[in-house]
Amino acid sequence: MAAERKTKLSKNLLRMKFMQRGLDSETKKQLEEEEKKIISEEHWYLDLPELKEKESFIIEEQSFLLCEDLLYGRMSFRGFNPEVEKLMLQMNAKHKAEEVEDETVELDVSDEEMARRYETLVGTIGKKFARKRDHANYEEDENGDITPIKAKKMFLKPQD
Amino acid sequence: MAEAASVAAESLAGSRARAARTVLGQVVLPGEELLLPEQEDAEGPGGAVERPLSLNAGACSRVRVVCGPGLRRCGDRLLVTKCGRLRHKEPGSGSGGGVYWVDSQQKRYVPVKGDHVIGIVTAKSGDIFKVDVGGSEPASLSYLSFEGATKRNRPNVQVGDLIYGQFVVANKDMEPEMVCIDSCGRANGMGVIGQDGLLFKVTLGLIRKLLAPDCEIIQEVGKLYPLEIVFGMNGRIWVKAKTIQQTLILANILEACEHMTSDQRKQIFSRLAES
Repeated sequence: MAAERKTKLSKNLLRMKFMQRGLDSETKKQLEEEEKKIISEEHWYLDLPELKEKESFIIEEQSFLLCEDLLYGRMSFRGFNPEVEKLMLQMNAKHKAEEVEDETVELDVSDEEMARRYETLVGTIGKKFARKRDHANYEEDENGDITPIKAKKMFLKPQD
Repeated sequence: MAEAASVAAESLAGSRARAARTVLGQVVLPGEELLLPEQEDAEGPGGAVERPLSLNAGACSRVRVVCGPGLRRCGDRLLVTKCGRLRHKEPGSGSGGGVYWVDSQQKRYVPVKGDHVIGIVTAKSGDIFKVDVGGSEPASLSYLSFEGATKRNRPNVQVGDLIYGQFVVANKDMEPEMVCIDSCGRANGMGVIGQDGLLFKVTLGLIRKLLAPDCEIIQEVGKLYPLEIVFGMNGRIWVKAKTIQQTLILANILEACEHMTSDQRKQIFSRLAES
C-alpha cells in the first residue's frame, strides 16, 4: 500500500534533519545549493565592482599639542604661588626629558631624624614586651622621652 | 603679504598641486592641495601629470605623516582648509614623517581633545557641572573628575567659579566633556582657580605664541613683580598680582603685546621697571 501511494511531504519537512539522514551526500549537496540560490536571490546587493580599501599614510589630528611644544599653562613668578612654581618645574621638565627620567629616590625622612626616632623606638617597643615589674625601668622623664634607667633598685638590707 | 597672496592666487588658478616642502613658511589658502615628499618624487618634472597609483606594496616606502590643524587628507594629498603659514616639524624619535600644520589666527575656539582650557561654571545639575568654554556648547564636568572626589566627598565648586581642566571628549558630534584630573588620577594643577584675579580673552594665536618655550614676553613679564598667570587654550587668560593696579597693568600688556614689535615692548617694560 505504501509503495503505490507516496504521501506528499512538504518541502520544510524534507529539509528537516531526520529526513536528511537517509539521503546520500550528492542529493544533500544539491538541496543545499538550491537553498542558497533561494536565499541569495532574496538578498539585496550592490552591483558595484569590489573597491579595495587603500591604506592611508596620513593621519588627521586637530590638536596643536602634537605640532608645537607648548609649556604648561599655569605659571607663577617670583614666589607668588609656590605650589604652581613647583608644578611648573615638574611639568616642563617632564615635557623636555621624556625618555630618560632620573631615578633618584627622594628621601622622605633624613638620616638624622631616622636615627633619633629609632632611639626612642627601642624604648617604646621594649616597654610593650616588658613585664609589669619591669615597667619601672621605662619611666618617662620630663621631655616625654622614654629612656631605660640603668641603675636597678636592689634590696637594701637593714643595718640591724 | 600682497606678493604672497598673488603668488598663491596664481597657483590656485593653475590648479596644480605644489610640493609641501617648497611651501614651508609661506602663506597657503584654503583649497590648495599639497604633495607630500614621496609623491613629489614620483611626479615627473611636468608636475601636472596624474600617475595612477601603483598598488604594489613592495614599492611603497611611505612614512606616516600627521596632518595637523588647518589641513585635511584628500586622497594622498593634503588639502588646506585654513589660511595661514604652513609649518612642519621633523619627527623627534624616528616614528616617521613628521607633522604638517597651518599656523592660522582666529578668535573662536573649537574644543579639541587634550587641550587645557579655562571654563566658567554656568550651571550645576545633579551630578554634573555645565562649564562654558567658549565653544558652541557648554562642556560637561562630572563632580567625580576632581582629585580626591568621592560620592560622599564632593568638590567645592559653585556657579561662577573658574575651572582649569582638559577635554576628554571633544568632537563635532558629541557634547564636549572635560575633567580636572589626568589619567593617573592626579590633579596636576587642574581644578578650581583661586579667588580674585582677572579673566580676559585674547586670540588663540597669541596663547600659542606666549606658551612657546622661548617666549621673551613671558620672561620679561616674570621679572616685573610677583604674579600668577593661567593660560587656557580657548583664548582665555587669568592673571593675578598683589594689587589691582598691577593686575590691570599685566592684563593690558598681555592684550597689547600681540600687535607690538619687540622694540616697543622693550620700551614699555623699561618704563614700567622704572616706575
